This record gives sequence, C-alpha cells and structure tokens, in this order.
Amino acid sequence: MARKKRAAAEINSSSMADIAFLLLVFFLVTTTIANDKGLTLKLPPNPDDIEDVDVKMSERNIFKILINSSDKLLVENEPVTDVKEIREMIKAHVLNNGRDPNLSEKPEKAVVSLKANRGTSYEMFIAVYNEAQGAYYDIYAERAGVSNAKWREISSDLSNPDNKEIYTKAREGIPMAISIAEPNK
Amino acid sequence: MAKFSKKSDTSQEIPTSALPDIIFMLLFFFMVTTVMRENTINVKQQMPEGTELRKLQRKSLVSYLYMGEPKNTSLYGDEPKIQANDVFLDIKDIILWVSKEKDKLSENERDQITIAFKADKEVKMGLISDVQMKLRKANALKVMYSVRQRTDNM
Repeated sequence: MARKKRAAAEINSSSMADIAFLLLVFFLVTTTIANDKGLTLKLPPNPDDIEDVDVKMSERNIFKILINSSDKLLVENEPVTDVKEIREMIKAHVLNNGRDPNLSEKPEKAVVSLKANRGTSYEMFIAVYNEAQGAYYDIYAERAGVSNAKWREISSDLSNPDNKEIYTKAREGIPMAISIAEPNK
Repeated sequence: MAKFSKKSDTSQEIPTSALPDIIFMLLFFFMVTTVMRENTINVKQQMPEGTELRKLQRKSLVSYLYMGEPKNTSLYGDEPKIQANDVFLDIKDIILWVSKEKDKLSENERDQITIAFKADKEVKMGLISDVQMKLRKANALKVMYSVRQRTDNM
C-alpha cells in the first residue's frame, strides 16, 4: 500500500496576533482604572447620641473659616481672595505655641472651624478643605521628616508597623482638629 | 564599492512567532485589571480637584454615592440628585441604603464602611450636608470626597 505523501497538517497561525490585538484593544478601551483617591473625613457621631455639653474654648484657639453662598471667604474675620493663603495661615495658627496672642495657645488646643453656607458650591468647599488638610499634612510631614506625598502614603497604610510608629510620633500633640459646622441657610 | 554589494546569505526576516505571546500577555494584564462598571451613572460627574489626596486601602469597604445634576434633564429635572447602584435615592432613603450596604459586609467590618462621595462640583453644600447628617444617623462615619488630582503645579 503505497500512500501518498501528505503535507504536514498545520494551522495557519499568522492571524493569531491580529485576533489578540483586537481583544487587547477592546480591553484597553473598556478599562477604567479605578481611582479611589480623595479627601478623607470622619464624621462626628449621630447628633441624637451626643449629650449637649458646653465646651469652653477660648476664642484665640479657633481658626474660623466661613464661606458664603457666593463662594467668598472670610478667614478670621478678614476677607481672603486666594484659597491657597489659608494653608500658611493654618500652619502659623497651629504652631503658634502662644507667641501671637491672636493665634492658638498650644497645638493641642488649636481647632480649625470650617463653616459653609447651604448655597456654597461643593468645589469651593473641597478647595478650602483641601488646604486645611494640606496644612496639617505639611506639619506632620515636616515632623516625620518626609515629603507631604510620602506622608499621605504612610498615613493611608497603617497596617505596616513602621508606618504606624512614624504616624503616631508625628501626630503626637497635634491632633488634626478640623471641625465642619452645619451650614446655615 | 564591491565591499557593500556583497549580499549575506542570512534571512532578513524578523521572527514574529513570539508576537502573539507578547500580545496575549498584554491582553491578560488588561483582562485582569479591568473592572467592568456595573452601573451606569445617570448624573453629571465633573469632580472637583485637590492636591492632598489619599488612597483607600480596602476597596471592599467602599460604597459610592453619586451626586449631581441628572444627565437626562427632561425626565428628571435639573435639580441635583443622589444616585446609588443605578437608582436615584431620596435623602430619607439614605439610612436604609446604608444599612443594606452594611449587610453586605461581614459583621466585624460593618462600622468601617466608607462612603465615597462622587459629587459634581456644581452641587451645593446644602445637599452634601443633608446627606452627611443622614450618614451620621446611620452610623456610617467614614466619608471620602472623591476628587481628581490637580495636575498643574500652581
């Protein structure tokens, strides 16, 4: 039985790359890299559970920021036009240590009070809140001897014991006290 | 120029047999990292910008609330609305929504639930603070304002 010599059975795979490219492009287009980044905030507990206690706080310890319904700023009773000025003002306020009689007595006692109006835009509120948090992050980063960005990275991951140590050390004595008041109508 | 006219006998082709493998590698990377968006967002989302962003560590603990002007204004009006998982929520429904979201988590993680606000920058603070008040009542105290990283260095 002499058989005819057959050609080797081969699947043409040259279009494989094209098919893979097609799929690749599909996934490239549909991918939305999740960006779970933002400004963190811890809300105070349920107002019904809090007993009304009169806390006496001297006026000098409170750094007041008011935003009105047309997004104008009033910082410590002075109108401010540039949001970015707030950062240095807060830093000076927190780290005053009793030098300037108008600013805080001690970093522990310093409070930043942020009050918006119901008509304030979210954008403006975020801009101010960003600066307020940034001021505290700058202070902590400086104490920890790292950059601001590095500090934020450290403080986001406290499961690492090294980070936890740096975090508690830098925050010691300077609590981040940003109080967001109920907006008025 | 006889030196240059000399032809070499080696083949000039670049071997492309490894190309599909490389492409498949890329493909698998994107397939694994892709998160299919499970719900369509029906509100405008132009998020404000910030610089002091922090990353969330545990994505499983995050629930999203979208706030903004509805995209379909002829149907829903142009008042900012709250959206969660494909449906519009009323402010009074938020407590119920939070408890449903908490039920999805295991018991010891329930108080660590984080609510991420994906709000349009045109939204007024009145709505935001109403929502926050409900979250306080629902005992979901961790909040994150989703913002975009500001790219310029002003």
